[in-house]
Amino acid sequence: MGEIAKTMLPASIPALRRAGPLDGRVAVSGALSLTVLPPASRLSLRAPAGSVADLSAALGLDLPQAPKTSASDGNGRFALWLGPDEWLVIDETSGDLVAACRAVPALHSAVDISHRNVGLLVSGQGAADAVNAGCPQDLSLESFPVGACSRTVLGKIEIVLHRLGEDAFRVECWRSFAGYAQAFLAEAIADASA
Amino acid sequence: MLLIRCPYCEEERPELEFRHAGEAHVARSSEISDISDEAFEQFFFIRSNPKGIVFERWRHLNGCARFFNAARDTVSDRFLTTYKAGEPKPDVAGLLK
Repeated sequence: MGEIAKTMLPASIPALRRAGPLDGRVAVSGALSLTVLPPASRLSLRAPAGSVADLSAALGLDLPQAPKTSASDGNGRFALWLGPDEWLVIDETSGDLVAACRAVPALHSAVDISHRNVGLLVSGQGAADAVNAGCPQDLSLESFPVGACSRTVLGKIEIVLHRLGEDAFRVECWRSFAGYAQAFLAEAIADASA
Repeated sequence: MLLIRCPYCEEERPELEFRHAGEAHVARSSEISDISDEAFEQFFFIRSNPKGIVFERWRHLNGCARFFNAARDTVSDRFLTTYKAGEPKPDVAGLLK
């Protein structure tokens, strides 16, 4: 009994290794490439219009108010407009987004979803064609310019799409769909590169 | 593929992002336990289902995720207009001209 109690002490628990759902998958590289983005902090943020200014100040960026637009603090933190009162906030430096919102007394809901999503990067010439293999939206630069973002579909799954450059898209999908998204995009890239 | 205008996203988006969500402007009684069985049946089960112009709820499920209303022609499958939830029925006669 004494031995068991000892092994249950927090200090004796070995450090947990973070296992990504796409660990071991071969990245697609070439002129058009697919890479798994490193872990990041993510926040599902819901707030009425009256709370936006306070939350923007707390997060250090202006929460976008127009459909299909995003904002960045220039330091790896992005806020993507998903709906009239809904944003996806991503911090690539793994900053504590919940803590940033905790100090805001204005009405809002901030849920940490860092581990729910997986980010994939499709980049290179023809990236829009590769994403369009499963996404029915118009991804021309006129209607989906750099910085545009949207929740949409990729084949059979829901994704959040964020255009980082003319030929670079961040695809955010739920962790359990990551295998499907990776396989789908890898095949789409093979087709778009051919 | 149909393009449906989402009144919240303010643009036309592919139909794959949307889900149909039944007839619009069905008002639930605020005293639902007081209404008669016949009135409840009318509210709960009976739908107009006309051939022609219908007012429907739609949801931009894989987009902004908001419910909105649409006037659609069931014969041609054409969307006459879409409008935000809570707004009154639009004048369809004017849209048909």
